[in-house]
Amino acid sequence: MAKLTIPSEELMVGGHVACPGCGAALAMRLLLKGLGPKAVMVIPACCWAVIPGAMPGTCLKVSTVFSSFESTAAMASGIKAGLRRTGRGDVPVVGFAGDGGTADIGIQALSGAAERNEDFLYVCYDNEAYMNTGIQRSGSTPEYSWTTTTPRGLEKRTSKKDMPMILDAHRIPYVATANPSFPEDFVAKAKKAASLKGTRYLHILADCPTGWKHDPSQMVEVGRLATMSHLFPLYEIEEGRLRITWAPSNPVPVEKYLRAQGRFKDLTAEQIEEIQAEVKARWEGLKAREAREKKAVEKEAAPPEVSAAPTPHPAAPVSETVYVKPSPPLHFP
Amino acid sequence: MTKELLSGNDAVAEGVRLARAEVVAAYPITPQTTIVERLAEMVARHELAAEYIPVESEHSAMAASIGASLTGARAFTATSSQGLALMHEMLHWASGQRVPVVMANVNRALAPPWNIWVDHSDSMAQRDTGWIQLYAETNEEALASVLQAYRVAEDPEVLLPAMVMLDAFVLSHTYMPVDVPSQAAVDSFLPRYQPVARVEPGSMQLFGSFSPPDLTFMEFRRDTALAMDRARQKLLQAGKDYARLVGGEPLGLIDEYRTEDAEIVLLALGSLAAAARDTVDEFRRNGQKVGLARLRSFRPFPEEEIRSLGRKAHSVVVVERAHSFGSGGPVATEVRSALLGLPSPPAVASYIAGLGGREVTPKHLGALVERATKKETPREAWVGVKELVA
Ligand SMILES: Cc1ncc(C[n+]2csc(CCOP(=O)(O)OP(=O)(O)O)c2C)c(N)n1
Ligand code: SF4
Ligand SMILES: [Mg+2]
Repeated sequence: MAKLTIPSEELMVGGHVACPGCGAALAMRLLLKGLGPKAVMVIPACCWAVIPGAMPGTCLKVSTVFSSFESTAAMASGIKAGLRRTGRGDVPVVGFAGDGGTADIGIQALSGAAERNEDFLYVCYDNEAYMNTGIQRSGSTPEYSWTTTTPRGLEKRTSKKDMPMILDAHRIPYVATANPSFPEDFVAKAKKAASLKGTRYLHILADCPTGWKHDPSQMVEVGRLATMSHLFPLYEIEEGRLRITWAPSNPVPVEKYLRAQGRFKDLTAEQIEEIQAEVKARWEGLKAREAREKKAVEKEAAPPEVSAAPTPHPAAPVSETVYVKPSPPLHFP
Repeated sequence: MTKELLSGNDAVAEGVRLARAEVVAAYPITPQTTIVERLAEMVARHELAAEYIPVESEHSAMAASIGASLTGARAFTATSSQGLALMHEMLHWASGQRVPVVMANVNRALAPPWNIWVDHSDSMAQRDTGWIQLYAETNEEALASVLQAYRVAEDPEVLLPAMVMLDAFVLSHTYMPVDVPSQAAVDSFLPRYQPVARVEPGSMQLFGSFSPPDLTFMEFRRDTALAMDRARQKLLQAGKDYARLVGGEPLGLIDEYRTEDAEIVLLALGSLAAAARDTVDEFRRNGQKVGLARLRSFRPFPEEEIRSLGRKAHSVVVVERAHSFGSGGPVATEVRSALLGLPSPPAVASYIAGLGGREVTPKHLGALVERATKKETPREAWVGVKELVA
């Protein structure tokens, strides 16, 4: 049996109060392995505001600041500035928020911070709903997923916000997706993100057995299916260049992932087909972008061909690195 | 009228259904969430013909509700604690644009530290926003107050938004028998909203605009102040009309219990009053003249009612779940101010109790009354606070 190569030191210790099989709890544990003990965490309202335990207990061995629901990125900006001013500018500051706190109520603060290229890592653990308040839809809830505010008759008919791509559109130095079911890829990205400067964004798919309606023992497996089906691809975008970090050569049908969860139990065969088509289109879009940007990098490395040299716009500053414009988002209904 | 076993949040949702709200824009927060969930269900099942906007924040919930109301639609939202705090800017906006939005606020403590239990600091902090504020003691009253709030808010002589408060968990999640009125009875009490002005495409209109010092700004504010003053009578009338057309006892600005000859009056809000009733009964059994005044309306403040209580009692014991740092209990402060100028005003004791859901029992309240019998009326005292030891 292969052995995991991730650090064995635990910065999240026993005593957390998450539900059994909580993907967000595993995500924090893996994240801290990549970040190290000096990280200062900023946590808004979300399940993770409760998971550390009631005052004065905590399961986190790092300094933790709780923020209001909508202000994680602004609070992190201030903490980083303050640390710089008090001679501790090398301390990694990490915002750790749910999908509601990221895609909905906190997107203003996050977008502002990303545009300013504030020097912190923002981690969104995406369990695709407001779980802490009892499973209401968020902007990150997938189409057709059951939640208490999208009951039958009031289904969600729009796809989830593509947060990594929204952050990528801010031209920040690093954007990546990670999945706790793939711990080595996860920790490697956390480490890389921690080593960079500027705004870095890590988007984690965090299974929530309570809200996704499946047995807690299936957490790692359901998470695995998300990536094995190409529904949640693992990639990173460094300086605007996208690279798929791992992918199955033979994806499993997305139906397998959907049928493993009660929140999708009302889906019709046509709806599943529709989702499968969307997953395929997105995946192909990612592959195409990766190939395009890889080619651009190779070109950059090779001596410029006279005929192919782009004429820079006279007014445009010539940047040192070739920044490849991300492809326009694929169109989804 | 049917008797149903409902939680406070269910009762609010029933009230919204009966009010035939047309636009619901809301955002979940514990312990308000089940209101939003019930309403989503009602819309999904076509029991409520409303547009349901699952907004991305409370700030947007209030902005969307204001927008809907400006078109002449009956708008509803609900929140709690942090959500209400985040709405603050838009609360002023609602009263400034004179929209009769009705909102339920489930009273909960403000963070940090996080605490989801009952506390009135959230709504007390919004007392100057130009909203009518009604505090419910029971689930049935929460339902009735939603309907009465619309009636008064939409009155052309008022046109102010109104919030209905219910205590976290003690009411919001506790099941009680509730008389649910018939739709016909409610329709007779609360007909369709007839806006004085609404967004009319193709006409030159301004809702807001700007106004420098020498133009209309102060006049607008004074108009709001007068409207809030008129709301006193309108609330009393709505309480009477509701009792006549829909049922139940007429609800006023203040709800008095055994105060006829009371020398000591306990004054409380919300579900604390239920405990206080037991305390009053206990003292009455011993022949002591103790009564209860429950403040139902904090805005408008029932100054006259408080003064008439003050003419009879030697002590008023205010127990409240909020504190204004650097001043004191917000209710006690206003009670004192209302009593000023009486020939022999009663002493006002101010107790801060039950913050963040800390338990307050009839026994606790009894001890406070006991102190008043000995003419001990502290300017400010905190009930049940432990010393924090390191
Ligand atoms: C301003 C404000 N509105 C609402 C809430 C209530 N609230 C707390 S956590 C939460 C949902 C969080 O969802 P998400 O960010 O996805 O994290 P999760 O609970 O799923 O871990 C909500 C609505 C709040 N604390 N503050
Ligand atoms: S509700 Fe979901 S996200 Fe929250 S602690 Fe439980 S499993 Fe984790
Ligand atoms: Mg979530």
